[in-house]
Amino acid sequence: MTRRERLTRKILGAATLCAAALPLSILIFMVVLARPLFSSFSVTDLLTGTWEPLQGRYGILPMMTASLLLALASLAVAFPVSLGCAGLIFGLAPPVVTVPLRRLVQLMTGFPTVVYGFVGVFVLVPAVRDLFQAGSGRCLLSALVPLSLMITPTMTLFFSDAFAAVPRPILLAATASGADPVQRFVWVVIPSARRGLAAGMVLSFGRAVGDTLIALMLAGNAARMPSGFLESSRTLTAHVALVIAADFQSLEFASIFVCGMVLYVLTSCAALCAWRMRAAAERYSG
Amino acid sequence: MIRQRGAWLFLVIICVLAMSTGVRADGYDAFKGLEGTLKISGGTAHIPVMQELAREIMTRYPAVRITIAGGGSGVGIKQVGEGLVDIGNSGRRPTDEEIATYDLRLHRWAVDGVAAVVHPQNPVRALTSRQLQDVFAGRVRNWKELGGPDQAIHVFTRDEASGTRNVFWKKALGKGTIRKDADVVPSNGAMKTAVATDPAAIGYMSVGYVDETVQAVALDGVDPSVENVRSGRYPVARGLYSNTKGKPSALAQAFLDLLFAPEGRAIIAAKGYIPADK
Repeated sequence: MTRRERLTRKILGAATLCAAALPLSILIFMVVLARPLFSSFSVTDLLTGTWEPLQGRYGILPMMTASLLLALASLAVAFPVSLGCAGLIFGLAPPVVTVPLRRLVQLMTGFPTVVYGFVGVFVLVPAVRDLFQAGSGRCLLSALVPLSLMITPTMTLFFSDAFAAVPRPILLAATASGADPVQRFVWVVIPSARRGLAAGMVLSFGRAVGDTLIALMLAGNAARMPSGFLESSRTLTAHVALVIAADFQSLEFASIFVCGMVLYVLTSCAALCAWRMRAAAERYSG
Repeated sequence: MIRQRGAWLFLVIICVLAMSTGVRADGYDAFKGLEGTLKISGGTAHIPVMQELAREIMTRYPAVRITIAGGGSGVGIKQVGEGLVDIGNSGRRPTDEEIATYDLRLHRWAVDGVAAVVHPQNPVRALTSRQLQDVFAGRVRNWKELGGPDQAIHVFTRDEASGTRNVFWKKALGKGTIRKDADVVPSNGAMKTAVATDPAAIGYMSVGYVDETVQAVALDGVDPSVENVRSGRYPVARGLYSNTKGKPSALAQAFLDLLFAPEGRAIIAAKGYIPADK
C-alpha cells in the first residue's frame, strides 16, 4: 500500500466515522433535551399515557398508535399496487404501457407532499365527510389515501430495480422449463427479488412514518387514541409540528424530543428488520 | 462656457429643490439609507398587516428586504429570544419568565378580537356564552339544538401554544374544556380553510382573518365588529405584540415606529384590527 492509498483510506475512514457519529449525536441530543421530562415522569408514563398538557400529562401513546396505524395501513395499500406496477414495468405489459408508466412513476416520486395535502383538503376531506357521515372528514382514512399514493412510486421504483437485478440465466431457465410470463414472474422473479422488495418496503415505511404535512393537514390532529380510520387522529410528526410552538422551557416542548426518539427507534427498527431479512435471504440463496 | 456653467448650476438647484420639496415627511422616511434584511416570524394573526407593510416598504426602499414567517406566538417569542429573527410576533403578552429570560421588549400595536366562526350557509349566527361553552365542551353536539339544521357539529380548535386559542379559551370559553375529538389546525389561515370548506364546522379566529368565506358569530348578542372590539363591548380581545430582544436594530426600530405612524395605523385598521397607541 502506497502512502497515498493509506491517506485516502484514512480520509474515507474519518468520513465514515463522522457519518456514523452524526445520527448517534442526534439521538444523544434528543435525550439531553428531553431530560427535564424524565426527571418528573417515568418513561413508561410518557410512552403509555395520554396527552393532556393542562393537567400535566404528556403521554404520547395516542400519537404513536396513530403513526403506526397510518404507516402500516398505507404500506398495506401501497404494496400490492406497487408490486403490480413494477410487474407491468418489468415486462408483463407491452412497451406501449411500460414506458409511459415508468415515466409517470418517476415523475410522481418528486411530487411535494403539500400538493397532496391541498388536494386532500379541498377534494378528499369533503368527499370522505359526505360519504361516511362521520365527523368532519378529517381522519386517518383521508390521510391514508394520499399517503399511500405518495409512497407507491418510491416503492414501485425500488421493486422495478429489484426485478431488473434478477440474473438473466434464471429467467431463461424458467422460460425453457415452459413457464409463461406470469408464472415466471410469480414463481421465479418475485422470490429472487425478495431482498429488494424488503428494502423497498422498509424505505417506504420510513417515508410514511416520517411524513408530516399530509397527516397534519388531513388527519384532524385530535390528540386521543384512534379507535378507527374514520376518526380524527394525530400522528407523531404532526404532534411535533403542533407542539413545537410551545414555550421553550415548558415540559410540552421537552416532550417532542421523546417523540423524536420514538420516531428514531421506529425507523432504526425497520432498517434492522430489513437487514435481517436480507441476511436470511442470503443464507437461503447462498 | 459661462452660460453653460450657469445652466448646470440652475439645473442642480432645481434638482435639489425638487428633492427637498418632493419628499413629504411620512412614516416611510425612517427607512431612508437603511439596508439589509429584517426577519419577522411568529403569530399568524399579525401576518396580513406585516405583509402589507413589508410590500409598501420594499417598493419604496428596495435595499430593504423583509421576510415574514408564521409559526404561532410561541415560535415568535422563542425565535426572537434565540436571535433567529429580528422581530418575534405574539398574539399574547409574553410571560414574565419569557421577558426575563430573553430580555424582551414588547411593542403592542393593535387590539384584535377573536371571533367564533361558522360556515356562511349556517343559519346559526348568534350564540350565548353558555351555548358556545357547551358546543366546545361537547355537551351540545348537533346544530339542531341551536336552531340550525339536523347535523353533527364539527368543532375545530388550535394547538395549545396558540395565542388565539389562549384568549378564546380564557375569555369566551371561561377556561372550560374543549372536547377531545375536536380537530386541531395549526394557524389562523388553516382555520379559515377548514371552516370555509365544512358546512357543519365551528371554529374561532382572529377578527382580522374573517371575510366572506366564513361567518362570524355574535356572542351574547354582541357582534365581533371592529367598533365593538374597540369599545370593549365585545370582550374576547387581546393585544397584538411585536417583540424584540433588547434594543431593536435600526431597521427593526424603523419598522416598529411605522406600526404607530399614521400610515401603519391605516393599514392596521384596513386589515380589521384596532391600532393601539404607543
